Amino acid sequence: MDDQTTSSGLVTADGQPLKRSLQRAERTRKLTALALVGPLLAFLLVIFIFPIGQMMWRSVDNPQIVNAIPRTLEALQEWDGEGLPDEPVYAALAEDMRADAELPRREQWMGRMGVRLNYELSGARGAIARTSRAVDEFEPPFKEAFLDAHRNWGNPELWQILEREGRPLTASYYVAALDREYDSEGKIVLRDENRRIYVSLFGRTLALSGIILFLTFALGFPIAFYMSTLPMRYANLLMICVLLPFWTSLLVRTTSWIVLLQQQGVINNAAVAMNFISDDQRYSLMYNMQGTIIAMTHILLPFMVLPLYSVMKNIPPSYMRAAKSLGAKPWTAFRRVYFPLTLPGIGAGGVLVFIISIGYYITPALVGGQSGRMISNEIARHMQQSLNWGLAAALGSMLLVGVLILYWAYNRLVGADSLKLG
Amino acid sequence: MALPSYASPFERFWYYAFRVICALIFFFLMAPILIMIPLSFNAEPYFTFSQKMLTLNPEGYSLRWYAELFSSDSWMRSIRNSFLIGIASTVLATTLGTLAALGLSRAHMPFKGLIMGILISPMVVPLIISAAGMFFFFSSINLAQTFLGVVLAHTALGTPFVVITVTATLVGFDHTLTRAAAGLGAPPTTVFRRVTMPLILPGVISGALFAFITSFDEIVIVLFIAGVEQRTIPREMWSGIREQISPTILAAATILVMISVALLTVVELLRRRSERLRGIAPR
Repeated sequence: MDDQTTSSGLVTADGQPLKRSLQRAERTRKLTALALVGPLLAFLLVIFIFPIGQMMWRSVDNPQIVNAIPRTLEALQEWDGEGLPDEPVYAALAEDMRADAELPRREQWMGRMGVRLNYELSGARGAIARTSRAVDEFEPPFKEAFLDAHRNWGNPELWQILEREGRPLTASYYVAALDREYDSEGKIVLRDENRRIYVSLFGRTLALSGIILFLTFALGFPIAFYMSTLPMRYANLLMICVLLPFWTSLLVRTTSWIVLLQQQGVINNAAVAMNFISDDQRYSLMYNMQGTIIAMTHILLPFMVLPLYSVMKNIPPSYMRAAKSLGAKPWTAFRRVYFPLTLPGIGAGGVLVFIISIGYYITPALVGGQSGRMISNEIARHMQQSLNWGLAAALGSMLLVGVLILYWAYNRLVGADSLKLG
Repeated sequence: MALPSYASPFERFWYYAFRVICALIFFFLMAPILIMIPLSFNAEPYFTFSQKMLTLNPEGYSLRWYAELFSSDSWMRSIRNSFLIGIASTVLATTLGTLAALGLSRAHMPFKGLIMGILISPMVVPLIISAAGMFFFFSSINLAQTFLGVVLAHTALGTPFVVITVTATLVGFDHTLTRAAAGLGAPPTTVFRRVTMPLILPGVISGALFAFITSFDEIVIVLFIAGVEQRTIPREMWSGIREQISPTILAAATILVMISVALLTVVELLRRRSERLRGIAPR
């Protein structure tokens, strides 16, 4: 308070109160700083953040049914959910289908509803396509006409799905992404054993990332330690061995692993030539989990070594000498003194490797085969082949949330802007 | 860490064993990259060493895959595209990123943590998710399958590297220098051009190189949003691996390794120069 009273009495040379003048200067500085950051921030919000938000929105967005059959949904509210609905519902459906056919092709929803329903019930798309071609000739009673046109209209399950999914938002993509489905009473239950894919795939992704994390640590720790004990000149030379892979194109490194690992590749040929194995028992090192693990360990090793090395380089060697002179055996000195000091580096490198590997796509797609696939590959498959974009978005959102939690942990641990690049 | 003369036999054993282990790990790191260089000169269309190559018979070696690479229209187009997209997105990313880093390093930046988080996010979000998001968004505004679309996407991916390297250069930046220049009457643009820029230039250049290699090496986004016209080198290698595997890929890969060696050298030289300029002794 005292401060304020004294400063409010002061004025600048041009008669302004000093306090206000200082505030204005402060505001100008803030605005300058914001103006400098502004362009990039706006660019990223438009080109990067907004598209990702839009994609996540897709995982709950459910416009197809609501827009295609508004009248039917209204009529369905009377339905008790048992057996088949009554004539008014079918009449409303016929009206919806005729109204939809009147619209210009780009604004029609019926086809999109068919695709949407097919995710829930296979064959639903055919029912809608066939019926909407024939609906112009339908005469009352509509119920019979629909049941004649396609047997799925007599399937209570289809009507239950229409009632459940006839809302602008849906949870069904997340239900599917967690290997669950709705049963006939609308409860969420686990899928049949042989149709459960995604939970085990998430599990496998985590397990593979864990193995890769362990391997990068097991391989990275010794060489980082070794480099940190060498004089600068030699350490820099060896550093090239770490940095060159780091800078080499990902596709190049993956290609070279294909060259090495495939059945007719360098390793197998060498093993045959040296009579370790006969020609017909070549190792299958690739197109399986091993391929993914070997190639990804190689690709991610520099991300472990670089933070480890920068931490180890700053541990004074006198600590170990002090421990030994106090009577510790080398192993005890290492375990009790040196290793705890390297933990920040292990944490930083470990989270980095783990974050990168759970979102990896290219290497598993090229060398992973079936058993080496990861969650990203499934997202890409739904994006490009099965075109179930809602499910791809749901899987992607779950992956993104996982990565962001890890990133937050990483941030707490080391701070994102202290990330070392080469 | 030389072996002391009083070392026990076990210590002696461990001393050498540890070096052997480290040598093997370094071998694991380097071998895959080095192995393709000789294989790209293979005269046979195989991915393995032929008898003639092993006996160093000149007949086993040829430049045919390089000839094929440089006479193939699709490879040449992809090389052109890679450089075009890489350079365009590097220029954009470097400009935007350097400005943002200058803003972020000011003491008066509000919401610093949040803004930094957003600016770094393209580096953290898995590429497949960025690619999926951009695929939908770019399709809806007719940017999919255009050069502009790919350039904008790669710019977004490259900016975090520029922001990080330039911010790191600004950490040791002596602000009295700019104040002295301003006090001697220089307008802000002159201060930036004559004082700030020369000092942060190493950081800017290495950020730009990172942005360039990010774009040059990027494949996931290209797979999703680029059309045939925008195929880049990694995209061409991807279809080479998946469809018609031939040692032409190895020739392309060898050239890419040479490019990364060149870039690595430049970055390393810049880092040392920057440390010298800012008075941080090379460690």
